[in-house]
Amino acid sequence: MIDVKLRSVSKRFSRGGDAAAVDDVSLTIAAGEFFTLLGPSGCGKTTTLRMVAGFAFPTAGQIHFGDQDVTRLAPNKRDAGMVFQNYALFPHMTVAQNVAYGLKVRKIGRAASAERIEQALAQVHLAGYGTRRIDQLSGGQQQRVALARALVIRPRILLLDEPLSNLDAKLREETRSEIRRIQREAGTTALYVTHDQAEAMAMSDRIAVMYGGKVQQVGTPHEVYHRPANAFVARFIGRSNVLELPVAEASADGLELRLPSGARIGIGAPEGHGLKSGDTALVSARPEQVRLAGPTADGALPGKVTGIEFTGMATNLTVDVAGDELMVSVVDAPDGIKIDDQVGLLLAPHRLWVVKP
Amino acid sequence: MSALAVNLNRRLREGAGSAWFPYLLVAPLALVLWGYVVQPMLATFVESVSEDGTANYAVFFSSSGVARASLFTSLFISLASVLLCGVVGVGMAFLLKRFAFPGRRLIEAFILVPAALPPLIGAIAFQLLYSDIGILPRALQQLFGAERPVLAFDDIAGVLVVHTFTMYPFFYLAASAALAGMDPSVEEAAYNLGAGRLRVWRTVLLPMLTPAMVSASLLVFMTSLASYTAPLLFGVSQTMTMQIYINRTNGDLPMASTYASVLGIVSILFLLLMRWYEGRRSYRSQSKGVAHQRREILNPFGRWLALAASILATLVLLAPVATIALVAFSEDGSWTSEVIPSAYTVENFITIFTDPKSLQPILNSVQMSLIATVGCVVIGVLIAYAVRRLNFRGRALLDMAVMISWALPGTVVAINLISAFSTGSTFSLGQALIGTFWIIPLAYFVRFLPMVFRSSSAALAVVDPTLEEAARNLGASWWRAFRTITLRLMLPGVIVGALLAFVHGVGEFVASVLIYTSSTVPISVAINNRMYSFELGTAAAYGMLQIVLIFVVMWFSSRLENGGRQAEQWTN
Repeated sequence: MIDVKLRSVSKRFSRGGDAAAVDDVSLTIAAGEFFTLLGPSGCGKTTTLRMVAGFAFPTAGQIHFGDQDVTRLAPNKRDAGMVFQNYALFPHMTVAQNVAYGLKVRKIGRAASAERIEQALAQVHLAGYGTRRIDQLSGGQQQRVALARALVIRPRILLLDEPLSNLDAKLREETRSEIRRIQREAGTTALYVTHDQAEAMAMSDRIAVMYGGKVQQVGTPHEVYHRPANAFVARFIGRSNVLELPVAEASADGLELRLPSGARIGIGAPEGHGLKSGDTALVSARPEQVRLAGPTADGALPGKVTGIEFTGMATNLTVDVAGDELMVSVVDAPDGIKIDDQVGLLLAPHRLWVVKP
Repeated sequence: MSALAVNLNRRLREGAGSAWFPYLLVAPLALVLWGYVVQPMLATFVESVSEDGTANYAVFFSSSGVARASLFTSLFISLASVLLCGVVGVGMAFLLKRFAFPGRRLIEAFILVPAALPPLIGAIAFQLLYSDIGILPRALQQLFGAERPVLAFDDIAGVLVVHTFTMYPFFYLAASAALAGMDPSVEEAAYNLGAGRLRVWRTVLLPMLTPAMVSASLLVFMTSLASYTAPLLFGVSQTMTMQIYINRTNGDLPMASTYASVLGIVSILFLLLMRWYEGRRSYRSQSKGVAHQRREILNPFGRWLALAASILATLVLLAPVATIALVAFSEDGSWTSEVIPSAYTVENFITIFTDPKSLQPILNSVQMSLIATVGCVVIGVLIAYAVRRLNFRGRALLDMAVMISWALPGTVVAINLISAFSTGSTFSLGQALIGTFWIIPLAYFVRFLPMVFRSSSAALAVVDPTLEEAARNLGASWWRAFRTITLRLMLPGVIVGALLAFVHGVGEFVASVLIYTSSTVPISVAINNRMYSFELGTAAAYGMLQIVLIFVVMWFSSRLENGGRQAEQWTN
């Protein structure tokens, strides 16, 4: 088990070109950790992964596997097992031959090789599939062959590039816990790339949220959800109402904000928030943490329902509060609620979080 | 040199990722293309102005004289060929792809046969069929008791017959592909909006076919311009290609080079035009809707008529091959004024295989073509890989250089090599190649490299680049990943390309006839010589060998790639 460090890694594709695809990214992935790069397409997450794999070299910065500087090391010298988005299984080889490829390159003896292949296939629940051709496998099975092929070489780090994106929704949920189990059993450090925040939340020890080539926030799923560093993270992870509220009073770790109704609300804020009285604070409020009340309830923001969407699990409402559309998600919506109803919205102070713009 | 080799070796083992790795791979390829394609072309130009400066070029602007007449005749033949091929090719495509009638499959099976013939034997077949010594005019003469052969095609008309039969597939294949790729719902939408059938054809179908038609027109024009055997056999001496040949055999190399330069430049201009046009739009739709239904011909009279026409068309398509087969079994010198040869024998085939002097051309062709094919495969595959997979400055130039060697007429390729290698050069290791064995394999290499390149490139296009990355990720060196994954997966395409190059080498005539020596006579030149000495039977027997080889390879390739789409490669 090794840790992986990225130090101020940048990548520009065109010489002296405009924007960097990856801009000054520094990350430490702890040994044995399941670490996820999460962000919308074009955010630089895949480029970062490819630099760790050695398919692209950083324009600046270093990458370390443990104590070894691998920044400009050829991909075949890295011992980094990768699962590709499209699996990249060799179509002219059987399942066993695919898994054997990395062992053959490493000149592992026939007997030891056969044992490791069998073990790897058993680990992904494909024992007995060795002689199958790739096109005889389902998408989920192909995905598991790719995983076995990457793990059988006992990589120093396992790289996964959106490995679930080609599976259907139900299989995707099954497979993600499966990948997590196998990674834990193998005890391998894993770097996972996805644009799917639910996937990232469910699987990761820690997540780095990326946007515009930069890391926006690194944290546990709980941290990035409940304490988003900025408005982008708040909106990208789950859904969030980002409110602009004037600051009435500021202290080192707390703020008093003035609601449109005139009432004041006291909330916690991260240290070094830098806001002072009279500033406008950006406050993130998750839809499921906004409570629905009568239009005249104490301390409630009065508003008018403009949209209703029943999803089974919850009812998602959009409520117009003094010209701003707020999202509200309630598990037990009052029967008969309909468009144009007047309602009040209650904000829970301990679930409001000040974010940077 | 060895330091470079060691370095290259190290690079191949370790990282193909560094920014300058591509240049290491590309440099030798670029050198080959420069040395054998581009630099000979420049040598030809230098040769053309070596004696009288630009005076040679002035003849093209003087109102009278051979040069201008030849240029105009060539252009006229090319233009007429485009029109004729367009009418026949598009007509056939509509008929076969849009209507169902008895005999349709019969025509479809044989539609590409005339075009697949090697250039010389193909032209000979048409000469033996339709010229004033041809079977059909003589048969009509006998039938009507006329004084002269009836409906004989000679001169330019003869050339146009050959061109139409051998080049209409450019239009046929392009139009068929365009019709197949067309979303039927677009046409249905037009009907739905109230347009009549004629209006739909005029306003929807034909406009949608335009891109395919323009590409096909350019191709036919270029191919006609490069055509040499048809004018040779039908005695049209005032064309560009014939003038190159005549000036070369008269020993006026500067004038031959002038014609070659002009023809070369025109060909490259057409190549550029074609590339520019192809880079624009196409109307292929992405929709996966139902395939277009063929209109069934239901009228009983129409069905009989269609069947009769189909059988007739099939006979016409097969007639050239049948003629060569027939003549191959005729006794040499036995066919004078009769409709068909009067005496038959298998002696011709025995002779060409047992008489050492007659066998030699076959051995020569096979050997020279094999050598060229090996070169084409090594260089063609690597260029395809470089152009498709590597990122380096000048990639477009490399691609362009290969396409130039495709665009240059065989006659021009031969003159280029004569200009460049009649004395020693760096690229011939200081030896003069003209008059040696090596010049013909070199010419075949230059002419057929694009075939291997294109077919390898097409094969590479469907090999996912991440497969190679996966191999690298699992620890394979670049060379190992290339060998065990990429090359392995593109192999069918490479084999098809190699077979194509080999077969075309065995059938090659146009360049060979300008550069062969008495000890390197290839099959096609032997055929030509036998025709001159009136040994038609033996000539046709040689031709039969080429034809059989082509059909065997065609069948094998179609099994290998199992798809009719490869058919277009054969129409060259």
